[in-house]
Amino acid sequence: MSVFAVEIFLVLLGVGLLCLEALLPSVTRRAIAALSLGGTALALVLFAFADTSAAALPAFVQPFHQLDSLALFYKGFALVATLAVLWLTVENRGYLERHCPEGRHGEMFSLPPLVCAGMMWMASAKDLMTVFVCLELVTVSFYVLVAFARKSSLVLEAGVKYLILGALSTGVLVYGIAWTYGVTDSMSFDGISAALADPETPRRGALLGAAFLLAGLGFKVAAAPFHIWVPDVYQGAPLPVTTFLSVGSKAAGFVVLSRVVAAFTAAESLIRTEITTLLLIAGAATILLGSLPALFQTSVKRLLAYSSISHAGYLLLALAAAPTARHDLSSAGVTAFYLGTYLPMTVLGFLVLSVLRQNGVGDDLRDLAGLGRRQPFLALAATLGFASLAGLPLTAGFMGKLLVFLGLVDHAAWAALTCAVIGAAAGFYYYLRPVLAMYSGSPATAEPIKLSTATRAVLFALVAAIIVIGVYPRSLQAPLKSAGTTAVHASH
Amino acid sequence: MSILEIVILLPLLAALAVCLGAPARLVSVGSAMVNLGLMLGAATKFKAVAGELAFTSSRVVLDNPSINFAVGMDGTSLILGLLTALVTLAAVWQIADDRPPIYHTASQLIAAGAFGAFLCTDLFFLYAFHELALIPTFLMIALHGRADEAARKAVAWKATLYLGAGSLVLLAGLGWLVLEYSGGQKLTFDLNALRAMAATNPLPAEKQGIIFFVLLLGFGTLVSLFPLHSWAAPAYATAPVPVAMLHAGVLKKFGLYGLIQIALPLLPQGPHVPWVQKALLLMLLGNILVVGFVTIAQKSLDRILGNSSVMHMGYIFLGIAAGTELALRGAVLLMFAHGVSIALLFALAGRLRNQLGTLELAKLGGLASHAPVFAILFAFGAFASIGLPGLANFAGEVLVFLGAFGAEGGTTFGPLQWTVVLALWGVVMSAVYMLRAYRDIFQGSATTGLFMNDPSLFQRLPLILLAAALLIAGCCPWLLLDLLKTAPVP
Repeated sequence: MSVFAVEIFLVLLGVGLLCLEALLPSVTRRAIAALSLGGTALALVLFAFADTSAAALPAFVQPFHQLDSLALFYKGFALVATLAVLWLTVENRGYLERHCPEGRHGEMFSLPPLVCAGMMWMASAKDLMTVFVCLELVTVSFYVLVAFARKSSLVLEAGVKYLILGALSTGVLVYGIAWTYGVTDSMSFDGISAALADPETPRRGALLGAAFLLAGLGFKVAAAPFHIWVPDVYQGAPLPVTTFLSVGSKAAGFVVLSRVVAAFTAAESLIRTEITTLLLIAGAATILLGSLPALFQTSVKRLLAYSSISHAGYLLLALAAAPTARHDLSSAGVTAFYLGTYLPMTVLGFLVLSVLRQNGVGDDLRDLAGLGRRQPFLALAATLGFASLAGLPLTAGFMGKLLVFLGLVDHAAWAALTCAVIGAAAGFYYYLRPVLAMYSGSPATAEPIKLSTATRAVLFALVAAIIVIGVYPRSLQAPLKSAGTTAVHASH
Repeated sequence: MSILEIVILLPLLAALAVCLGAPARLVSVGSAMVNLGLMLGAATKFKAVAGELAFTSSRVVLDNPSINFAVGMDGTSLILGLLTALVTLAAVWQIADDRPPIYHTASQLIAAGAFGAFLCTDLFFLYAFHELALIPTFLMIALHGRADEAARKAVAWKATLYLGAGSLVLLAGLGWLVLEYSGGQKLTFDLNALRAMAATNPLPAEKQGIIFFVLLLGFGTLVSLFPLHSWAAPAYATAPVPVAMLHAGVLKKFGLYGLIQIALPLLPQGPHVPWVQKALLLMLLGNILVVGFVTIAQKSLDRILGNSSVMHMGYIFLGIAAGTELALRGAVLLMFAHGVSIALLFALAGRLRNQLGTLELAKLGGLASHAPVFAILFAFGAFASIGLPGLANFAGEVLVFLGAFGAEGGTTFGPLQWTVVLALWGVVMSAVYMLRAYRDIFQGSATTGLFMNDPSLFQRLPLILLAAALLIAGCCPWLLLDLLKTAPVP
């Protein structure tokens, strides 16, 4: 069975669930949720055992699909992220029932598999056309998901903001693609990097196209200065969707960015220096604009939104620092590694918030008071998640930051490194505030918070992932090892 | 599996067990006893061989950049490991039964971090374990500190900011070091590999000086090097007793350990670059003289102890600045001695505060008549801290002074010698504040009506353990000094 078949299966799953929800009202939400979770889990299993050689792909797909280790990593990432989000949706069913018209939220279970298929395709894209189509599949699904619980005015605000800015960024992206095509006469990444190595290619035109492309993608990954939408949309959107935006949408944006940047910055590229500088500046600015406002947030959800922005900055810096001899990972590999560390800690943070909301605890810092006494396990898990987000050693977050910093040092990008360090230092403050809040003060009510066995298991798995990656980073690095080299080769 | 891995893992497991509801005191004291036994066993088996580590083991964690969970010890790590085991046992033993279990969890986590920092030979884990120990320190100060909530949170944040910033500077310095010595090839964090490269391929002296200075700022903040010291005294005065004992006694030594084990062997010329040397000497004189005067001006015992702990770091920095074999051995011995004596004093001060509710010197007096054993134990700590012959600190201080004075062949009278002359006045200052504190607390008449009784025999044991360690190391310093034959000699 080829990887492509898994993706087709996911599309069928999503469409099938949509039809089921629309045509057979008697099917319970519980059944739809179970089908969606089970189907995605099955897809993950199928993917794990799928034939990953390019030869196994159907002949008509082969010209558009590549299966290097980076693509495989992101496909697995997309599946795991989707599963996590579906689980969060189950956790948040109370909220969704209250805020969806007639309490119906079956589409919350049928859209994520479609998004997942889009992300998996995108990871394999070899040309800008595929990228655009996949990105739109993901983004349009997100328009629906963000605005889904539309009985809440916050959600509506988030939905409108996301729609307008998303559409705008799509326009910018298409404009960039058009310019790049006009200048390089090619849609494929191979063709673009070959054209950019040719001194005959108009340099300014290529730069303009690249700038628009990067700006369009910058919206998707919340890079400064295109990050303004993030806090409002994250705060308004239902928690599972926020998580999906923060993890899935970001990963989707970064896999495309990895490919695009690899094509633009190949060894002989005419615009290599400019693109690298641009990424460094954008990364440093994103870190500062993400972490400095985070210092003043009192809502944990907004805090996580700003944290998501600052992590995008580190990811951009990882992309900017090109591969050297002393890394097994290329810049694209480091980016993927960082996203791999980012997934469990972010999902953990949002899962904790979901559990709290189910139990009537708000997401203000003050509401966390005394959580350590009401639910010690939850507080401990949250502490580890925040420690990892802050980048404390022996957690996953530290390893990701370490690799990014090493890359920057290797490239003598001192200004960017300084900004990154400032961001990390600020992180120690704003991530430890919720931890301190959880363990001090007395709770408003002494009633203990109940955790279901399944939630407990998911929390435990996330904590274990954070510690295992932090103490034994080889586990995450091994699947990525050849990633960088293939990505670079592919662009030659 | 190396015995050292067990020593590191055991407190982690104990902390986890206490977290999950195991009987806190039993698990905690038990594991601390086992660890002390293991370290003593390791010490008897340890044979000092130049350039070789004992009880090594290494597990690959990441191939490239190469990171290993590698443990191993030389004399310096062994002495600090012994110190950790000793102070941990005393610290968890003296935790009263009515304290919440988080006291034991936090103490064990700090102990695990300290063991890991002293016994790991991979820079990554060495650094990581120290950070691991800092988190429970902050949490305990912020949550169970001995002041009202706003005050103790302010103290905890101040310490967090100082130590967090220091750690980042340190990380930058260590990263720089690793990059320089890896020379464009595969990155390695292995201390031995780095030392080998430093021996064959040393950096230019001026560059060594710059990196050494960065490391000095990073490590120095952790050890409260003047003028980066102002977090320390309030933090110790506020911290719960076991945390103060473990941090001032053990964890703080990590910065000095790092300078001796990492900075000096890898950057042997660093401290001798003139501007670095002058800066270091000025800063350590700040520790001894400025903080010495500050200590004399204090009016309550916890402030005196906190500041004196900052002040005494100056002597150890003097040993590092001198860099001679004699001075470095003295510095390591002094680290052990200071750790034990300050832990003993903090434990006693905590008891005093618990029973009397105050540590203001003006309100205390004449306690020796009610609590003679307590007074004697306090005398051990106080006199050790002054540097009375027969107690551990004396041997360390003498070696440091002689080593520093005789540096450079003993023929010149340069900045180093001047510093020694000035630093000797610190001993006088220590005598002034410690003897005054002793007189105010224990002698005279107890006019204030405050009354305290001696600790029971069971409660005395951990204190006697520490006092005995001071006496043994003071009378037979060679027991420890012989372990240092392999000490890194620049």
